[in-house]
Amino acid sequence: MSFINYASREINCKIVYYGPGLCGKTTNLQYVYQKTAPEAKGKMISLATETERTLFFDFLPLALGEIRGFKTRFHLYTVPGQVFYDASRKLILKGVDGVVFVADSQEERMDANIESVENLRINLEEQGYDLDKIPYVVQYNKRDLPNLVSVEELRRELNPTGVPDFEACATTGEGVFETLKAVAKLILHDLKKG
Amino acid sequence: MANPQMVMYDEEFQQINAVIEKLLREANAKVIFLVDKNGQLITGCGETERFDTTSLASLTAGNIAATGGLAKLIGEKEFSILFHEGEKDNLHISIVAGRVILVVLFDSRSSLGLVRLRVKKASEELSAIFGRLTEKAAEKEKSGESDFPFAEITDDDIDNLFN
Repeated sequence: MSFINYASREINCKIVYYGPGLCGKTTNLQYVYQKTAPEAKGKMISLATETERTLFFDFLPLALGEIRGFKTRFHLYTVPGQVFYDASRKLILKGVDGVVFVADSQEERMDANIESVENLRINLEEQGYDLDKIPYVVQYNKRDLPNLVSVEELRRELNPTGVPDFEACATTGEGVFETLKAVAKLILHDLKKG
Repeated sequence: MANPQMVMYDEEFQQINAVIEKLLREANAKVIFLVDKNGQLITGCGETERFDTTSLASLTAGNIAATGGLAKLIGEKEFSILFHEGEKDNLHISIVAGRVILVVLFDSRSSLGLVRLRVKKASEELSAIFGRLTEKAAEKEKSGESDFPFAEITDDDIDNLFN
């Protein structure tokens, strides 16, 4: 859950990017890192294997400015997507304020997407969260590649409840900030309710 | 929810800073910081400008979470103290009041024994303060009193963050 510090007038929120292996979670963070002004971002930390697969998590702190006199910081995390890193994924979901599900739009990755959404729901439940109640958005990534599943079908399979969703190409940055902005908005609206 | 939201007020913030500043002196430490178990930095003192405290906070919480996972696998609830020894600098990490992490960075000017001794005393004081904070938050919720700054937030406020 978010941390509100009245003494230093700061609010910190945690956003987790979830999704199957190689769907582009780390690429999303790398694009946000490249395009953010130096004064707004902290160091990006990637705990990756030699083959650049995320081992534990990527972490990017973003200080986006002030709301009502409070400095607003978002801490962006990715989880390792590969199936066998489930223990790490559970740990990273601790204290989450909002989730971005990054789907791989390629036809051959549909099973992996569906399995990953199920895994997200189960792991959230273990931490005491309900996917249908927390701030949640979906990103259909890799829209630039051939062999794509249509957005309608992706929606039907991965987003039956109709949360905000976005088409994206994380390598070029298309849809990356739209996704981040949408989840940040949902988190702040959630906080507003108290 | 798994964890209630953490809220820090001015009075307790000052008390916490006083405790960790005293600990810094008495343990001859270089840096001390407190981290929420979710990875958010609460406060720090000492040579904090020399270190990337935000990243340290996140990795410390990740470390505690991973070690907690290890503990469960061998049938322990959690490991309350972690110690990392480096060539020059060492990290002493402990859990306070069940949800806050106290990190003490020290070098050869201090010793593990001294740090452990002083941390134990400071942890008791910090636990009492965090206990009061929890009570305060519960009282405020019960009375329906809210000084929450985001009650009046607008979509424009949020949009402005990204401009």
